[in-house]
Amino acid sequence: MKFGVVIFPGSNCDDDMLHVLGDTYSKPVTKLWHKDRDLQGCDFIVLPGGFSFGDYLRSGALARYSPIMEEVIDFAANGGFVMGVCNGFQILCESGLLPGALLRNENRLFQCENVHIKAEHANSRFTAHVPAGKALKIPIAHGEGRYHADAATLNAMNKNGQILYRYCNENGEVTPKANPNGSLENIAGVCNEAGNVFGMMPHPERAASEDLSNTDGRYIFDSLVYLGVIMEK
Amino acid sequence: MKYTAHINIMPQKALLDPQGKAVTGSMKNIGLPEIENVRVGKHITLEIDAANEAAAKGKVDDACTKLLANLIMETYEFHLQPMN
Repeated sequence: MKFGVVIFPGSNCDDDMLHVLGDTYSKPVTKLWHKDRDLQGCDFIVLPGGFSFGDYLRSGALARYSPIMEEVIDFAANGGFVMGVCNGFQILCESGLLPGALLRNENRLFQCENVHIKAEHANSRFTAHVPAGKALKIPIAHGEGRYHADAATLNAMNKNGQILYRYCNENGEVTPKANPNGSLENIAGVCNEAGNVFGMMPHPERAASEDLSNTDGRYIFDSLVYLGVIMEK
Repeated sequence: MKYTAHINIMPQKALLDPQGKAVTGSMKNIGLPEIENVRVGKHITLEIDAANEAAAKGKVDDACTKLLANLIMETYEFHLQPMN
C-alpha cells in the first residue's frame, strides 16, 4: 500500500506523517503538492495538520479548492482511503467528504496538550487495531476543533457507526471534563458513511515514537497500515 | 454592469460564538457593562460584472454557498450596489 501526503501552503505536520509511515512502518510514501492533479498511484491519501493558507476565511476553506482536492474527492468517491489529521480533518469537512464542521474551541484557547481518546468500536478500517476501551494518549494542537453537526446528521452518524473516536479521561470514561474543545458528544474523529474517509483532530503522528515517550498513536497507524490484511479477512 | 456586493457572514444564532463572548466580556472593561450578546462575523466586499442585478445576485449566492460561508456554522446576507 502506497501512501501520499498532500502538502498545502501552510501544512506543517507533513514531515512527521512521512516519518511515521516511511521510517517507522517502512511503507512507500510520497509527498503530493496541492497544485498537482496526479495522485501518483497512491492507495491511501493523507491530509496532514498545519494551517493551510494561513487559516484565511475559515480553517480548510481555501485548501478545499486546491487542484489536487478535485482528484482526492474523485478518489474517495471511488472508494479510495483518505485520512485527515487536524487541519486535514477541517479540509475534509469543508470539502463535504466528511459531515459536520469544526468550530472555534468553546473555551477560546488554542489547546496544545496530551489528551485521551478511545475508539468507539473496532468495526472500522481506522480503529481495527485499537484495543476495546483503551484510552489512547494523543496530543492535540488546535484552536478550532469543536466538532459540530446538526441533530439529524449526528443521529444518523451515531446509528451508522461513523463516530470513531471520542475524548475520554485516562480511564477511558467519556466525560464533559475530558472534552478539550466543547465538541458535540466528545467527538474527536469521524468517518463518512462508506467508511473510507476518516478525520480526527488529535495528532497520532506525534505519538508514534519511543523518542517522544509516547507510542499510543501506533494503535491507529497499525489500523491504517495493516488495512490490506484486515480487508482480506 | 458592474456591482459591488456587500456581504455579511455571521455565526449561526444557535451556536456559541466564543469570539463574541470574549468581546462581550471586554465591554465591562471599557465601562460599557450594558452591552450584551456581542457576536462577531465577517464583512466581505467584492466586485462583480454581470448582465443585470439578478445575474449578479446568482453569482454572489454561488460564491457564498461554495466558498465564502459554511452554512453548517454560518448564515449570510448581502446587498448589491451598482458601480458607476
